[in-house]
Amino acid sequence: MSDQATTLAPQFEGLAQQKESAIFGMWVFLVTEVMFFGGMFAGYTAYRYRFHEAFTAGSDHLNLLLGGVNTAVLILSSFTMAMAVHSAQLNRRRALIVFLVLTMLLGSTFLGIKAVEYSHKFHEHLLPGPAFQFEGADPQHAQLFFSFYFAMTGFHALHMVIGVALLAIMTWFAWRGRFSAEYYNPIEVSGLYWHFVDIVWIFLFPLLYLVGHHG
Amino acid sequence: MNAARPAANQMPKVHYLNVDYGIRSWLFTIDHKRIALLYLGSITLFFVLGGLFATAIRLELLTPAGDLFESETYNKMFTMHGVVMIFFFLIPSIPATLGNFLVPMMIGARDLAFPRINLLSWYIYTLGGLFTLFAILSGGVDTGWTFYTPYSSTYSNTNVMATAVGVFILGFSSILTGFNFIITIHKMRAPGLTWFRLPLFIWAHYATSVIMILGTPVVAIAIALVGLERLFHIGIFNPALGGDPVLFQHLFWFYSHPAVYIMILPSMGVISEIVCCFSRKKIFGYSFVAFSSIAIALLGFLVWGHHMFVSSQSMYAGMVFSILSFLVAIPSAVKVFNWTATMYKGSVMYNAPMLYAMGFIGLFTMGGLTGLFLSTLATDVHLHDTYFVVAHFHYIMVGGALMGYLGGIHFWWPKISGRLYPEAWARFSALIIFVGFNLTFFPQFILGYLGMPRRYHAYPPEFQVLNVMSTAGASILAVGYAIPLIYLFWSLRYGPAAGPNPWQAKGLEWQTSSPPPTHNFPETPVVTEEAYEYYPGAEAERV
Repeated sequence: MSDQATTLAPQFEGLAQQKESAIFGMWVFLVTEVMFFGGMFAGYTAYRYRFHEAFTAGSDHLNLLLGGVNTAVLILSSFTMAMAVHSAQLNRRRALIVFLVLTMLLGSTFLGIKAVEYSHKFHEHLLPGPAFQFEGADPQHAQLFFSFYFAMTGFHALHMVIGVALLAIMTWFAWRGRFSAEYYNPIEVSGLYWHFVDIVWIFLFPLLYLVGHHG
Repeated sequence: MNAARPAANQMPKVHYLNVDYGIRSWLFTIDHKRIALLYLGSITLFFVLGGLFATAIRLELLTPAGDLFESETYNKMFTMHGVVMIFFFLIPSIPATLGNFLVPMMIGARDLAFPRINLLSWYIYTLGGLFTLFAILSGGVDTGWTFYTPYSSTYSNTNVMATAVGVFILGFSSILTGFNFIITIHKMRAPGLTWFRLPLFIWAHYATSVIMILGTPVVAIAIALVGLERLFHIGIFNPALGGDPVLFQHLFWFYSHPAVYIMILPSMGVISEIVCCFSRKKIFGYSFVAFSSIAIALLGFLVWGHHMFVSSQSMYAGMVFSILSFLVAIPSAVKVFNWTATMYKGSVMYNAPMLYAMGFIGLFTMGGLTGLFLSTLATDVHLHDTYFVVAHFHYIMVGGALMGYLGGIHFWWPKISGRLYPEAWARFSALIIFVGFNLTFFPQFILGYLGMPRRYHAYPPEFQVLNVMSTAGASILAVGYAIPLIYLFWSLRYGPAAGPNPWQAKGLEWQTSSPPPTHNFPETPVVTEEAYEYYPGAEAERV
């Protein structure tokens, strides 16, 4: 435990208290994230209830295949992230680095596919604003659907970008040998964040892509 | 108690203020006490700035004609008064200064759980402040502090974007503060300090932190969506694009009503400490006062619709929000009754902090009772958007939150600075503030009842007498605020050394030297008794 002095911050009594604080802290932070996305989910729910036809019509213009592939990619990335935390627990530095890099690659794949989808929408004039065009009964509220689509997936993508950057820093730390079986709080905490961002997508996908596909 | 102090009190040789020097030792500090002082400096600057806008408003309203400013300029004045005072002064006021300083000390910890995040929160605050200052200097903003859509998202030609970015950024500083407090209070209490031995200041800050982390993200997303509407023309709040401006009001007030409790709850925590200390008595009904803070925090989330009685909100929603708003009065009244019962048969001493506390109890009661008028549906239709509302929330925010803040600053000044402030001046300015405040805002209740609407730069001549009274009161109030600013600075150099516990107060923060060392306590204290074990007969042991 010679490195306790370097890993234990002076305000804590011991490593256990420090670890509990870090993990509890991440959960509390995720509560704020739930509330942040919650505002958009609440607005989406209200409008979808009021303009169900238009939202269904808008949803039909989303690419179910690309969205489905992206869902699979993210679930896989949650698995590699969990394996990264597991490797850190077992003090396997090489495996930790491999799994962190894999997670980042999967996250980047998700962002790449998302970018392809965005560019399709752009070419189809489905970006809300003066250039918006929509063949359908209620273009005004279909535009509202796309306002929510871009705001919600946009904020989700921003969280993904932050997550990939976070994991890049963690990979650097792991490379420098900063973690051990006693001290891997940053990995565990980053994992919580990553899983949270995945879960947001797990809600976004059915809400946005599958509006007309139930029943 | 300021006279005849024994000369024995000396400043400790090494404390958090003199442990190192230079601008870097402040800008890169992770000591919660120094960060508290950074915040104290910044919020004081913003308080002065907000005060200047208030001065402009009161000067314009001295005469019925709109002769000092154009109506557009006046709109900017009250908007910027509101934005600066609410977001940059009141919300951070007690939590970021006294809370930052005292939460670790009161629970016997060496620092907050995440000192770097604490420093980060100050930088975020400063960054948000710079954006807002930029907005002010580059022409200002005129939407009102509420940023109501579609005016803010579509029509206003003023600097909405920079202000919105400023407020958005600022929100994260208060999220980080609340987050830090919650983890610290859960995980870092000293041995023996159980939840029901915690000072009520801590309970109040815990409740405040819960609101900060649950509410602030919602206003963040609401403001972010307004920004997206201005930048990318998405239409979530824009009726022309199928959206609904009332959704913005819902999201905005979902935060901004609880935000009122972010401003008042920490003050209530301060008052509990002061009332017990200067009545030399244990708090009456500890658990009721503690749980009333939690109840206010939770109920506060369920009443936002009372700001929207005259929007297109459904009548039935209005009735539910009205009833829920009445319920908030219960925990608030519990506190007022319990403070009064604590003073009853106590050995009450009228030191400056106690004068502020008593001012708080009276003014908060006025503000709270007039709140009931406004949560009554039919009355609110008459009083909505009149000066009655302005007077009501100033009684809560200035009469309540600000009195608590000033009382707390005086009470803990000896701990923060290590020196005593001049008691006579402090009592004098507390009285001046009380008189000035009532003269400023009481006439506004009458103006509102008579039907004077808020947010206009001109008014019918028959309202002039009351408006002149209000402006006269505001000048007295300004003097009352200037005096402490001067003597507190003065006392930093010339005040007598306070010693560890000048008030003979209970609580862990008084058990260490004043000013405290960097890590607060020479060794981690062990707590063996409940909070506020004062005994009224113990006067004799004191100086």
